[in-house]
Parts: sequence; structure tokens; C-alpha cells
Amino acid sequence: MPEEKEITVQNYLDYINNKKLMGSKCKKCGTFDVPPRKLCIKCNSTDMEWVEMSGKGKIAAFSCIGVGTSFMVNKGYSMKKPYCFSVIELNEGPMISGQLVGVDETKPDDIKINTPVQVTFLETELQGGEIRVDLGFEPV
Amino acid sequence: MGKLARKVAIIGAGMCKFGRNFPLKRNPDMWVDAWIDAVNRVDNGIEPKDIDACYVGNYSSDLFNHQGHLGPQMANLVGLTPKPAARFEGACASSGVAFRQGILAIASGVHDIVAISGVECMTEVSTTLVTDTLATASDNLFEYPAGATFPGLYAAAASAHFHKYGTTHDDLKRIAIKNHENGKENPYAQMQQSLKEIMASKIKKFESQGRDIPDWKDEMDFLGSSSNPMIASPLRLFDCSLVTDGAACVFLAAEDVAKKYTDTPIWITGSGQGSAALSLHDRGEITGFIAAREAARQAYEMSGLGPKDIQIAEVHDCFTIAELIALEDLGFYEKGKAAEAIKNGETKRDGIRPINTSGGLKSKGHPVGATGAAMAVETFKQMRGIAERNRQVKFDVEKALTHNLGGSGATCVVTIYEK
Ligand SMILES: [Zn+2]
Repeated sequence: MPEEKEITVQNYLDYINNKKLMGSKCKKCGTFDVPPRKLCIKCNSTDMEWVEMSGKGKIAAFSCIGVGTSFMVNKGYSMKKPYCFSVIELNEGPMISGQLVGVDETKPDDIKINTPVQVTFLETELQGGEIRVDLGFEPV
Repeated sequence: MGKLARKVAIIGAGMCKFGRNFPLKRNPDMWVDAWIDAVNRVDNGIEPKDIDACYVGNYSSDLFNHQGHLGPQMANLVGLTPKPAARFEGACASSGVAFRQGILAIASGVHDIVAISGVECMTEVSTTLVTDTLATASDNLFEYPAGATFPGLYAAAASAHFHKYGTTHDDLKRIAIKNHENGKENPYAQMQQSLKEIMASKIKKFESQGRDIPDWKDEMDFLGSSSNPMIASPLRLFDCSLVTDGAACVFLAAEDVAKKYTDTPIWITGSGQGSAALSLHDRGEITGFIAAREAARQAYEMSGLGPKDIQIAEVHDCFTIAELIALEDLGFYEKGKAAEAIKNGETKRDGIRPINTSGGLKSKGHPVGATGAAMAVETFKQMRGIAERNRQVKFDVEKALTHNLGGSGATCVVTIYEK
């Protein structure tokens, strides 16, 4: 079912908050984009529609990070407990960044590029009890 | 690609001592030090009244120092107001961008002499805040929530480069060793120590603390040990550039007036700038930087030179992997072939094309907004034959290049210099 929502950053983030990975598809040339685009940079068309991504892809690049951002530090990550930042190539073509979970972050040599992964949605409880949802991936 | 409508030259260049200067020196103090150092290298002298505009490169004084609007703030320090003064931002390529705008302003005929500079004071805030602030040069909406840090993004690029080309961490270690060898010879550098010296001082410290003395065989062994902790796999502490306070300043002049100030101007014969998606994931390519290749293409075309003509280069080694990728993006080596050349010593000070004789960002330091201008300072010195201590290359440098990369590769400025 085509969605009527305007293609905006906030609507994309709202979808993620509702645990849906959505992208855009150019009706003219068929290009997929995640995050979605209002204007296709392949063919300059503005005739775009929302599409739900399969959430399947493979690892294109990654790093197990010990000195993290404050967001990750607040989640308990540290030099002793690194997290894995990854770039995932989705089956539909686009690449997207996400935290890679379900791997041993202390053994980066064991994590292999091209490993098939699927999307997972990571919940973080913020101060005040609000739940924030972020994009994550895990090996299939 | 157009040519510059009139020729532009560097007539003087200087910098302050890079290091953890705060609070002894803050932005204005460092900027004036760099200014005075540059004035002292203008052969026939220069005064503020000779200068038409003041362009300041700075990445994030807003977050580092809670201060914006650095253009007039700096200009006023040396009596340049009420002339035009502005700040330029392009992440770690901020002063590269300011430098290029100075070139274009002079080539256009509007200004005859422009003071371009860069300044950054990073150590006023905590390490976590530095990490967060640098991360704002990547995509805050789509990379930050995934945990992307500045080292993490380059580390991810390294993981892809390792996978595709068989590059190893040993290849990166050699870059760190070389750049520390060079920085040791630079009195303006933050870390004026070779890795051997760093190891020796660590052993001394271990001894005084009564701890077990490590038996590192050599630098390579040390760099693979737990004394070189993993920051973002595969990058360890000594793969990362430093957190630095510093400033650098360069005087650019039109051909018509340059000879008044010096008999030996250094000509800018090529200038290029490229851009790319802010997010690493949005570029389709992770093992190289298209902004760098585009900037290089423009600069080569404008100068009529090619990679083979370049005798020395200062490249943006914010991380060791970035230097390796730069050598490939600039066309010095084919994709996947830089590691072998580094191993053969081609990029050392006595190699066929010395890279980062200043010590690079790795050893000289990386006050992000000042880095592009500082690259021009080193190039000026090497071309004039006045590089300090033992780091002057042993041949006459007639053609040189600088490569200043911003963020995780979303901005790049490449400049070509000739005598
Ligand atoms: Zn299209």
C-alpha cells in the first residue's frame, strides 16, 4: 500500500520509532534510497513513494569502538565493553549505518565483511522513561 | 576547468607551536603568534595596511569554546578591522576552504593581498565532548545514533580497505612510525618524538612504577601490543592524530604585487575542491574518497601537472588509514598499491616522494580548523629550503601538493604549488 505521508526526516524517524525501516523509491527510474529522498539524485525526479525495506543486507564496513559518543557511553559502552558501528548494504541497494549487535565486539577479527544481516530495532530508555528506537542489525 | 584569472603566490607563512596550549594560550593568543611568525617570513616585511581581507578557517569554536564569529575577532587583534573578515567552515578542511577562497578572491581582481589563517582550540573541553564535537562533522541524524565517531568512520573505511585490497594493520603502523620520525624534527610539532623515543620513555615510566618491563622487539611490535590500545578496530591509539590547539597563517598576494614583498614567491598553480555525501554510507564507496579525487582532478587540470610531477606532499593523515587512502586518491599510487610503496620507504623523508615531512596530523598535531593552513606553511618552508632541524628534504622542491580532507571525506581541498 502506498503511503501518503510526506517524505521528511521526521516521518522517516517516526517509522523507525515504530520499528519499520522505510525508504523511498523513485517511480521514474526505480532507485531506492534509505534514508528516503524527496528528489531522486539519479534522475532528478520528484515522483517518489515510500516503500518498506526488507531489512536484509550484508556488512559493508564496521568498527568495534572503545572510545564512543556520549550517547553510547551513556548506554554503558567503554574501552572494556566496545560496541560495533557498521555500514550495511541493504539488498535493495542503498547503504545505511547501524549498530551491529549479536557479535562479540571484543573480537573484531571474528566479524566478517559480507556477512548477511537483518534489521533489528534497538530500544534505549531515556531520562524520564521515554523509549528511543534506533536502527540496528544482527547476523542472520 | 578555468584557470586563475591572475596568478596568486604565497609571500609568507607561519604558525604557532602546536600542542595542548589551553589555557596558557587561547584562540586569540595562538592566532597572533601564527600571524607574527608569518610576518617574520615575509622577506621585505608586510603591514596590516597592505592586507585587503582576513579569512579565518575554524571548525567548531562554537562547541569547543562557546565562541562564534571568529573572522572579525581575529582581524581586530592585528588592526585589520574594518576590512572584510570572515570565518570559513569545512570541518577539518576549514582553513583549506579559507585558503582556496583567498586564492579566488585575489584571482578575481577584487583583492590584492589576503591573510588566510586557521585556528582551533580543542583541549578546553573533555575528551567525550571532543569526540561528540568531531562527530558533528559526520551525519548527526543517521550516523551518530549508530555510534559513529570520527575514528570509527575511518576505522570502518579501513575495514573495507583491508577486506578489498588485503591491506593490514602493519601497513598502517609504518605510516605512524614515519610521521613521528618527521615530527621529531619539527620544533612546531605537538609530539617531537620518534616512536623509539616514546617507547623508551614508556619503559622508564614502567621502571619507576616497579611494573614489569615490556620486551617490545621494535616499533612494529610495540604498535601491536596492549600498550597501544584499540580505539576503534582496527585503529589503535597511535593510528590517530592528536587533539591539539593551534593556529597557522599564510599571506597570499597577486602577481602584480608579490614581487614587492619577496624575490621568491611560491606560486599557486592548481586549486581544487570537492564534496561528497556527509554520511560514509551514502557514497556507495568506502575504500576511497570521491571528494579528494575530484579536488585532485581539478587541481591537476588547472596546473597542467599530474601526480608524477609532484615531488613532496602534505596529506591529511587524521588517521593512518587516511594517509594511505590519500596516496591512492591523489593518483600517486594505484588503488590498493600504496601499502607496498610505503613498505618500500617511498614516502619517507629520504624516499622518492616524501609525504608529511612536517610530521603530519599524527605528530605535528591536528587543531582541525588550522590544519589546512599549516600544510601550506610546511610546503612553503620545504620549497624555500628553510625547514627546521633535520627535516628539509635533500632535493630542490619545485612542485608540491597539499591535500586537506574534511569530516569523513565530505570536503576536500587540493592545492598545487610551484616555484
Ligand atoms: Zn530516479
